[in-house]
Amino acid sequence: MKVKVLMGNTAVAEAVRMADVDVVSAYPITPQTIIVERIADMVERGELKARYVRVESEHSALAVVYGASASGARVFTATSSHDLLYMYEMLWWVANSRLPIVMAVVTRAIGPPWSIHSDHQDALTVRDAGWIMGFASSVEEAFDITLQAYRVGEDGRVLLPVMVALDGFTLSHTSEPVRLPEESEVREWLPPREPLPFKLEPGSYFSVGNLGPDEVAMELRWYVWRAMERAKHVMREVSVDYARRFDRSTHSLVEEFKTGDARYLVVLAGAWSGDAMEAADMLRDEGYPVGVARLRYIRPFPAEELRELATSVRAVLVIDRAVSMGHMGVIAGDLVAATRGKVVVKNIIAGLGGVDMGPEDFKSIVKGFVEEYESGALDSWFYAEWYMPWVRGR
Amino acid sequence: MGLVYEPVDLEREAFEDLRGFIEKLLSKPAPGSAGRTGAWRLYRPAVDAGRCIKCGICWLYCPDDVISWAPKGLPIIDYSYCKGCGICSSVCPVKAIDMVLEGE
Repeated sequence: MKVKVLMGNTAVAEAVRMADVDVVSAYPITPQTIIVERIADMVERGELKARYVRVESEHSALAVVYGASASGARVFTATSSHDLLYMYEMLWWVANSRLPIVMAVVTRAIGPPWSIHSDHQDALTVRDAGWIMGFASSVEEAFDITLQAYRVGEDGRVLLPVMVALDGFTLSHTSEPVRLPEESEVREWLPPREPLPFKLEPGSYFSVGNLGPDEVAMELRWYVWRAMERAKHVMREVSVDYARRFDRSTHSLVEEFKTGDARYLVVLAGAWSGDAMEAADMLRDEGYPVGVARLRYIRPFPAEELRELATSVRAVLVIDRAVSMGHMGVIAGDLVAATRGKVVVKNIIAGLGGVDMGPEDFKSIVKGFVEEYESGALDSWFYAEWYMPWVRGR
Repeated sequence: MGLVYEPVDLEREAFEDLRGFIEKLLSKPAPGSAGRTGAWRLYRPAVDAGRCIKCGICWLYCPDDVISWAPKGLPIIDYSYCKGCGICSSVCPVKAIDMVLEGE
C-alpha cells in the first residue's frame, strides 16, 4: 500500500488500469475528459493492455462496450451530463442485457444555461434503467467504488452494469491522497472476468434482444429487478471484503456519521457530504444531536439501512442535488417511499447548477430544520424547500 | 455498522434466473421466432398465374424473404409470414400481382 496524491479523474483511471480492462471506448466531455485522456495514455505506453476505440459520440461509445462486453471482455467507459443523456437509449440496452459494464459518470449540471459544474441531476435522471449506481464522496472512494464495481457487476449472482458517480471538479479535479493497493493484490482480489454462458463471436449465430412476444420484454425487466435485489447482498459482502483487505473504514451501502445517539438525521450523497458532516460536528458542539447518513449507493436503493436509521430519530432532513420536477428531490422521494411515511421528513433542494455549498450553508439549513421541528412548525406531512440564500426571502 | 455481514446463499436463485434470462434474451434465427407475422397483413398479394412471366423480380425484392421462386417457375408466397407490404406488387413489371383486401 502506497499513498499517492491523485485527482478523482486520475484515481478512476488508475482503478481501471488495475482492473486490467480489455476494451475502453469513450468520448471526451468536461469534466470527465481527464479520465479518458489518462487511459488513452496508459494504452499508448503499454501500461494497460487494452483496445481503446475512438468513436464519434457517446451513444456509440456505449454501443462499442456493449458489444465487447457481450463477447466476454472487461470494459470501461466514462461520461458526464449532456453526453450521459446522449447515451440514454443504450443505457437500457445494457441494463436489460445485464452486461457488467462499468462507467464513470463525472456529475455535471444539465443546460440550459451551459454549466460545467456539479449537481446530481445527470446521474439521478437515469436511475430507473437498471444500473447499479454508486456515489463517491472522496477521491479515494472514487477509486474504491470503481474497483468494487467490477467485482459486483461481474458476480454471477448480479450481472448488472455499474455507474460510478463522482462530483465534477469537487472530486474529478481535486487532488487528495489515495492509499493505492499493490497491483498484485488487486489482481488477486479481482481475477479476470468469468465467461458468460454465451459469447458473441464470429461463427456464432444468434441475436441479443430480438423482437419477441411482449411477455418476454416484461420478463427481462423482472430478471433485472431480481438481480438488483441480490446485488444489495453482494455489494455489502464485496465492500466489506474490500475494506478488510485494503484497510478502508467505509463500506456497505450507507456511511453513518454520528448516528448512534442522533435525534435528527441528515441524508445526502456525493462529495458535499463531507461539508455536511463538518456542519454536523459544529452543531454537535452547540448541543444539536445531529447525525449524517451518506448514501454510497443510490441504486439499488438502501431501503433497509435507511428505514432502520430514519425510524430511530425524531425527524429526517434530506438534502437533494437533483429534483424530479413537479414532485420533490430525488433522494427524498425514495426515502419517503422506503419509510412508508412513518417518518417526519423535510426536503431541501440545494446546489443545483453547481451552486457551491459549504459547511456554513449546511449548518444554517440543519439548524433551521431542527428549530422548525422543535417549535412544532414542521408537521408530519412531507414538504420541500429550495435553498437559495442569494434570493431575498429564501 | 461493524465489519460483519450475513453471507447469503443466492447462488441457486441466480443460477435459475440466468438460465431463464438467457433463454429470453437470445434468439436464434428460425421460422416464426417472433410469431406468425402474416397476421399483421391487411392486403394480400395475389399472383395472376396467367399474366406472370416468371421473372423472379418479386422474389428478389421481398423484404421478408417469404417468396420462393425457381427459375422459370411461378412465385409461391408464404402467407404465414407475408406482412402484405405490397412491394412485390409494385415491382412486378407486368402487374401480375394484385393487392386484395383480406377477407374479400
